[in-house]
Amino acid sequence: MNLIDTYMPSHWRGPYTLFKKELLRFWRVAFQTVASPVLTALLYLLIFSHVLADHVQVYKGVPYTAFLVPGLIMMSLLQNSFANSSSSLIQSKVMGNVVFILLTPLTYLQFFSAFLAASVIRGVFVGLSIYLVSIWFVEVPITHPVWIITFALLGSALLGTFGIIAGIWADKFDQMAAFQNFVIMPLTFLSGVFYSIHSLPPFWQIVSKFNPFFYMIDGFRYGFFGQGDVSPWISLIVVTAFLLALAWLCLKMLKSGYKLRG
Amino acid sequence: MFGKDLTIPAIQIQQVHKQFGPLNALNGVNLTVEQGEFFALLGPNGAGKSTLINIMAGLLKPSAGKVAIMGHDVISDYQRARMALGVVPQELVFDPFFNVREMLRFQAGYFGRGPENDAWVDEVIEGLGLTDKAHTNMRKLSGGMKRRALIAQALAHRPPVIVLDEPTAGVDVELRQMLWTFIKQLNRDGHTIILTTHYLEEAETLCERVAMMKQGQIVALDTTANLLKSHAAKNLRLTLKHAPLPASLLPLLKHGENAVFTLGLSEFTQVELVLAELRKANIEIEDMQLIEADLEDVFMSLVGGV
Ligand SMILES: Nc1ncnc2c1ncn2[C@@H]1O[C@H](COP(=O)(O)OP(=O)(O)O)[C@@H](O)[C@H]1O
Ligand SMILES: [Mg+2]
Repeated sequence: MNLIDTYMPSHWRGPYTLFKKELLRFWRVAFQTVASPVLTALLYLLIFSHVLADHVQVYKGVPYTAFLVPGLIMMSLLQNSFANSSSSLIQSKVMGNVVFILLTPLTYLQFFSAFLAASVIRGVFVGLSIYLVSIWFVEVPITHPVWIITFALLGSALLGTFGIIAGIWADKFDQMAAFQNFVIMPLTFLSGVFYSIHSLPPFWQIVSKFNPFFYMIDGFRYGFFGQGDVSPWISLIVVTAFLLALAWLCLKMLKSGYKLRG
Repeated sequence: MFGKDLTIPAIQIQQVHKQFGPLNALNGVNLTVEQGEFFALLGPNGAGKSTLINIMAGLLKPSAGKVAIMGHDVISDYQRARMALGVVPQELVFDPFFNVREMLRFQAGYFGRGPENDAWVDEVIEGLGLTDKAHTNMRKLSGGMKRRALIAQALAHRPPVIVLDEPTAGVDVELRQMLWTFIKQLNRDGHTIILTTHYLEEAETLCERVAMMKQGQIVALDTTANLLKSHAAKNLRLTLKHAPLPASLLPLLKHGENAVFTLGLSEFTQVELVLAELRKANIEIEDMQLIEADLEDVFMSLVGGV
């Protein structure tokens, strides 16, 4: 049997295996990776809607509770997409088992695609779960499903890519925690999950417009209510541009072997 | 078994250098290992063995030089090179999320191997005595079992060339025996084996050829038999009656304490010279033993008392 020359790996099985492993990794602990963010989002929803429902109306004809749902879905989707790739990479780097992947013929593009796809699936799955749970409590219209799907996919891909970058860059868990707490969290909370940026003072409105997370959430919310702070086309352009820029950076890091191959 | 042109070396390393900042971890290493060999890479800690292995595996990039596995360059043709290579890392690493069989199937899958390979995975599991643990989470395995699983992972994609970085470090005697039996069988089946070890007697009994490394360079490369012949072929152990060794014999001294001295002789006829010197100095001999040199002696004489 000639093991080397006649036998080249099928092009899809290698990356597919890595993708499957990354899926199983979070699915095995679904209580922590899916149930827990759904519960958190639900708590936000109950508390904020209880406190603010009678006082705030962001869009005409949209109750605050309904307004909140897409924001909470997107927030959890983004955080979980980020968490999937970043925690997998930092763990396998700290544990040392990242060598099992590095020893294989997988290309950097396959490596990227597998981690990215698993991140997207986790993010979208968590988002969908939150949607399905929240429609028990709140009536949320769906006006433009294509925009909803587009921004869900773009947002999870963007944060999945961001997670790969962070996972490669960080050497220790506390660096990763710092990344989460000082980059991801502020960008999420200051993006208009809980409010429309039109309710902010002019200075903060301008600041918000430099936050890519704002566009992901605004575009996503547009798909539900048919209204937003900016046009969904602008959001689409901004988010796509950011995704391409991050993907480019990530692929550059992977190709050079930065922090993975000395 | 592998039906590949046998004239292509399993491993070819040419003028490989590796710098870590100011440190020259590898300093112009040249080494060719033919297919089917059972080869040992010896050397003290920090000699550069793992660095060399990591370059073969593509985990490190050489600062200069070329490495090919089964004729495939590890950089320009890395996919084929890695297909041909199974590496057992020195550190006991594992993935805490999965059980042994899952890990092995994933590992084979990364190399493009699917369900048709499952029978081989089961064979490896059995061969390494992991059958009882096939469904045990990696996290729950003992150190010895983790080591077996690590070896199994390197074999999952059926590589013709297998590199083991200190496979028996920290492993009990029983498991060591078992691992050697298993690895010898792999070699008989046609796999090329390259290993590093601290147990020189193992290298001596198992390996046809050895390379000795020191400070990033190969200082000896020969068949085990030739090395034993050419370096300190015999040891003479003398027990003297309360007397120091005559100064004329000091150049031969390898170690000595409490009037027991071990002299390294390059040939048997030197025994006469030693006896003559002792007689001249009027020193009585209490006991005398001629001991065959082992790799340890070669190692010490080449690498020095590290
Ligand atoms: N990633 C690294 N960065 C810096 N120095 C390293 C690195 N890896 C190994 N070294 C150094 O290179 C030398 C060779 O190490 P190594 O190849 O691990 O030796 P061995 O396996 O023979 O014990 C040592 O001095 C070690 O400290
Ligand atoms: Mg080593």
